Amino acid sequence: MNDNTRTGEIHVPVLARVEGEGALDIRVREGRIETLKLRIFEPPRLFEKLLEGRAVQDVIDGVARICGICPVAYQMSAVAALEAILGITPSPWVTRMRRVMYCGEWLQSHSLHIHLLAAPDFLGFDSAPAMARRYPDEVRRGLRLQGLGNAIMQTFGGRSVHPVGVCTGGFFRAPDASSMAALRARLEASRDESLALIDWVAGLPLPEDDQDFVSVSLRHPRDYPITAGRIVSDHGLDISVDDFEQHVREFQVPHSTALHAHLDGRPYLVGPLARLNNNLDRLPAELRDRLATSGIRFPSRNMFHSIIARAVEMHLALDEALQLTEAYDPAAEPHVQATPRAGTGVGCTEAPRGILWHRYTLDAQGLVESARIVPPTSQNQARMEEDLGAALTRFGLDRDDDALRLHGEMVIRNYDPCISCATHFLDFHADRE
Amino acid sequence: MITPHRRPRIAVHKFSSCDGCQLAFLNLGEPLLALAESVDILHFAEAGPVDESADVDIAFIEGSVATSADAARLRGIRERSRHVVTIGACATAGGLQALRNLADSEAWIEGIYARPEDIDLMADSTPIAKTIRVDLELWGCPVNGEQVLGVTQALLAGHLPHVDHAAVCTECKRRQTVCVMVARGTPCLGPVTSTGCGAICPQLQRGCYACYGPAVQANVAALSSYLVDTGMPADEIARRLLFINNQAPPFLDAGREWQARVIQRSGGEETS
Repeated sequence: MNDNTRTGEIHVPVLARVEGEGALDIRVREGRIETLKLRIFEPPRLFEKLLEGRAVQDVIDGVARICGICPVAYQMSAVAALEAILGITPSPWVTRMRRVMYCGEWLQSHSLHIHLLAAPDFLGFDSAPAMARRYPDEVRRGLRLQGLGNAIMQTFGGRSVHPVGVCTGGFFRAPDASSMAALRARLEASRDESLALIDWVAGLPLPEDDQDFVSVSLRHPRDYPITAGRIVSDHGLDISVDDFEQHVREFQVPHSTALHAHLDGRPYLVGPLARLNNNLDRLPAELRDRLATSGIRFPSRNMFHSIIARAVEMHLALDEALQLTEAYDPAAEPHVQATPRAGTGVGCTEAPRGILWHRYTLDAQGLVESARIVPPTSQNQARMEEDLGAALTRFGLDRDDDALRLHGEMVIRNYDPCISCATHFLDFHADRE
Repeated sequence: MITPHRRPRIAVHKFSSCDGCQLAFLNLGEPLLALAESVDILHFAEAGPVDESADVDIAFIEGSVATSADAARLRGIRERSRHVVTIGACATAGGLQALRNLADSEAWIEGIYARPEDIDLMADSTPIAKTIRVDLELWGCPVNGEQVLGVTQALLAGHLPHVDHAAVCTECKRRQTVCVMVARGTPCLGPVTSTGCGAICPQLQRGCYACYGPAVQANVAALSSYLVDTGMPADEIARRLLFINNQAPPFLDAGREWQARVIQRSGGEETS
């Protein structure tokens, strides 16, 4: 026992290097955390309501605007749900190319997070440009990989932020052979860089902090999960995406505009670490070996290993994009026509930050009657607060405010919270004590 | 004032938005590092620096005015910034979320949150220029890297840059992109929408959906009557006009007019 009897409050009024706006308030009393609030004050934008009455393509173009960092994830979950309603099965070409486009977003988002948001913490810098003076090659490699991810999305969607290429049944237009060849040449040239990145990230001085949590992700019969699969956990959950609402309950807390979520009554983790923990056997053998030589064991209970999971997924994404575009042939019919139809459908894909679940109901004209969107950051909020309580207590509440603030920010950044997606939320069931 | 004695200072502020326009900076790659070497970035929470109270030469603002605290925050930013530049559809026109301005936004909040009293949200989402004086507005959902770098360089060189608001059609002609409306009969808002995006939608063989805001002298009435002639129903015309930049006056006025026609007609059907 120590004689820690610290009493006081710590406020981090604006969280730096996260996407969107949030703050952290902790009240400590006699050496114990009395209250801990991860406040999300990003004003809601009420997307689920503004989509009502809109056409199918408006949904695909509109939901991209929920998050500038992962617009493709929003488009892909939406289009999967809409195609389920319209009775469209995309062609094998479309399925492959959507996965390639999604790989672009993983590359971009993960590289941005590793280099611009997370790594400066572990190396003692307050921003990536500051870190670039000491680590010029590493930062530039990261920016190149981020740019490569953007180039993939641009190839399919004209631009990487709010791309315009996705429609029900496929893409408006197939990339031509020459632009694909140019993209592939860049991907080939970057394979070594993404492999080297894994080693670099695994060598960062990451804190040790094992915790107990439930990893939740998609799982696919053959592939590392991105665009499809069942929802599984490392505690035995194995459900169809259609049954999500029977297991996950969202509830409002006063200090957040994004709803919290519990899976069967408990906080849970989604995102790269949960995905990797649940899908190690879906990694290519080469990548699994590389990870084994890093000396870090997976499945991991240490949230700080999320950055390694991101690096692994970046290489996976780059490699998949290469493999899936081998012998690329532009499709003559990049999409099929859809006929309006009433119904309800769900879609769930693995956004860079974890499972992103959508449900839509369309009327007979094909216009949205209701929408529900459950973003990954909302799902992770309860787990983040649980983690912060444990991590800061273990770190030592008697440390000075600056040290606690920095450690708290590092813990939060492990989740790469994308607070802009606090768009929520419909179909809310009151949880009144 | 910019003097040779100190480096220019910039800030990037966020209001209600998706963060996508800040990515115009974060996706720059090498030029981002060059920029960070030539200016002091004093506030850019997503990239690291947090000092909203800093005096700066250029304040970039992403996002729309949405909460009761935003106006006071904006006035502070205005006082401490030599130039204020809005980036994107949210900051410049209220954004997609301004669709709530056309609806009963209180009912929307109540339909979503069990405890609406915990939610600080203004009934309307409004552009920055409705609250403070803005020196330059960059339209676009999202803005791109060339735009924000170009503006930074121009302002630091001492002049307010010219932003081209010619119609997307002019861009298609320059790029020799076949007109999707003429050749394929695909409805396209390019004739009334400002260029700046690179005319990417017609290149992908789809119609423009007006994410870069209204073109100069946009003749929305003429385009709407053309769309009617192609058989497009009034409610679809209204929907297309009232989308990403629904509060931009030419789109808002025409869009509401078409909405009113739908209501009139369905009302007429009910009484007949």
